[in-house]
Amino acid sequence: MRSNLQLGLTLGAFAVVAVLMSCSRETRIFRQPPPANQTFNTVQVSGLNPGANSIPTPPPGNMYQESAYAVSEGQKLYEQYNCVGCHAHGGGGIGPPLMDNNWIYGSEAGNVFTTIMQGRPNGMPSFRNRIPEYQVWEIAAYVRSMAGLLPKGVSPGRPDHMRVKPSESSTPPQKPTGITGSPEQHQ
Amino acid sequence: MMPRLFLLAQAMPLDPGGHNILHPAAPQGGHIEWLYWVIFWICFVVYVLMIIGYTRAAAKSKSDAIYPLPVFEDKEGDQRAKWAVGTAVAVTVVTLFVVLVLSVVTGKKAAGLSSKNPVTIQIIGHQWWWEVVYPNPQADQTVTTANEIHVPVNTPVVVLTNSTDVIHSFWAPNITGKRDLLPGYSSAFWFNIQQPGTYRGQCAEFCGLQHAHMGFSIIAQSVDDFQAWEQQQLKPAPEPTNDETKRGREVFLTRACLMCHTIRGTDAGARMGPDLTHLASRNMIAAETLPNTRGALAGWILDPQRIKPGAEMSPNSLAPDDLQALLAYLQTLQ
Repeated sequence: MRSNLQLGLTLGAFAVVAVLMSCSRETRIFRQPPPANQTFNTVQVSGLNPGANSIPTPPPGNMYQESAYAVSEGQKLYEQYNCVGCHAHGGGGIGPPLMDNNWIYGSEAGNVFTTIMQGRPNGMPSFRNRIPEYQVWEIAAYVRSMAGLLPKGVSPGRPDHMRVKPSESSTPPQKPTGITGSPEQHQ
Repeated sequence: MMPRLFLLAQAMPLDPGGHNILHPAAPQGGHIEWLYWVIFWICFVVYVLMIIGYTRAAAKSKSDAIYPLPVFEDKEGDQRAKWAVGTAVAVTVVTLFVVLVLSVVTGKKAAGLSSKNPVTIQIIGHQWWWEVVYPNPQADQTVTTANEIHVPVNTPVVVLTNSTDVIHSFWAPNITGKRDLLPGYSSAFWFNIQQPGTYRGQCAEFCGLQHAHMGFSIIAQSVDDFQAWEQQQLKPAPEPTNDETKRGREVFLTRACLMCHTIRGTDAGARMGPDLTHLASRNMIAAETLPNTRGALAGWILDPQRIKPGAEMSPNSLAPDDLQALLAYLQTLQ
């Protein structure tokens, strides 16, 4: 009986260790691969084009679309490079909204990348040579996350200061609501 | 061995005068140094007494003790032991209270000195550098710089703190104690440096990957020198004079630089990175990480992620001619 218990405990411990060993921290890439000698150089206004598809393809392994770190970097850059100036936090304004399901120039990461890199008619400026390519991929990933096109696990939440209600930790304690009648009646 | 030691001594000066609480240069730092020595001597006396006590006890004990020790009653001895332990506890508690009171008094003293006609500086923590603003009601008289804080000596300097991202802590050991920089919350403290000199400071609150490379320096100058510096900083960037520097400015304004940096007098006006209007007037770059030389600047521009992994600055691939022109231009920004 006792040896069974010991065996069970040992196996359980092994199982826990084995599960823990499979955990790995998402790698963060600080030194980005060098730009692939400017393969992206075509001016392209429409998704329609003769021959092979010329939309730039995201880097291999979808490293920017499936990494929570890259998407949160994109969120930071989206504010820092003043994308909010026209697109707000996805709701649009001077520029079109980004959190809805209408994509004028396509919803693929490559489409968003192209839009940022070469600009679009009616106001979207080109950021080629201004924003490094890897950061454009990060911003593209964040833009897609706003429309819910990325897995939930990597999509960042809305910034705290944008919440309609302040977070629970910063609100004063409140009495529970919804209780009707006095305590005596319940007894 | 000797030459190696010599090299070590050269690389690491034995007297870290610019980053040392034991060389205070301001009355605030002086109070803190005084408290340091008081606590040091109290601890020293306690240590010596403990060692004497242990030594005496060790000398008295007999090595031929019988085990198990015989149990015997010694009422008088118990009484003496009670007194000894009671007295020791009382002395400890009293000493700790004295230290507590002295700490509070020192804190009050350091914070409560009178400040008249101060110079006001706004210090804003960023991951991982310090933005330094000398605010002025007239917007065009406001000086903005980074990481090198120029202050006049014998003048109260009021520092308003803030942070843009996480909590940082401003700590210049020669000057005063640590002050946290909290995001979205401005607090104030002040100091008054009495000896001209350069004092090093460091972020003292862990703030992310490059916390250790988030240094700053305080340069205390005579009032005249400080005003001359301020007047120089108020000027816009000088116009490039030759073809190379003109091209350098062109590179700055057409590449990623202008997305984050300001050079007053040009179209570059972004506020994400340090203001570079007078970059060449600073001694160090990258928050006291590298000397401000042409080579270090080139390395920093090309691959900052090797020097400070995780820093906000992105690597830049520039053609050699463009890089040289850019460096030539940046070095004219006196």
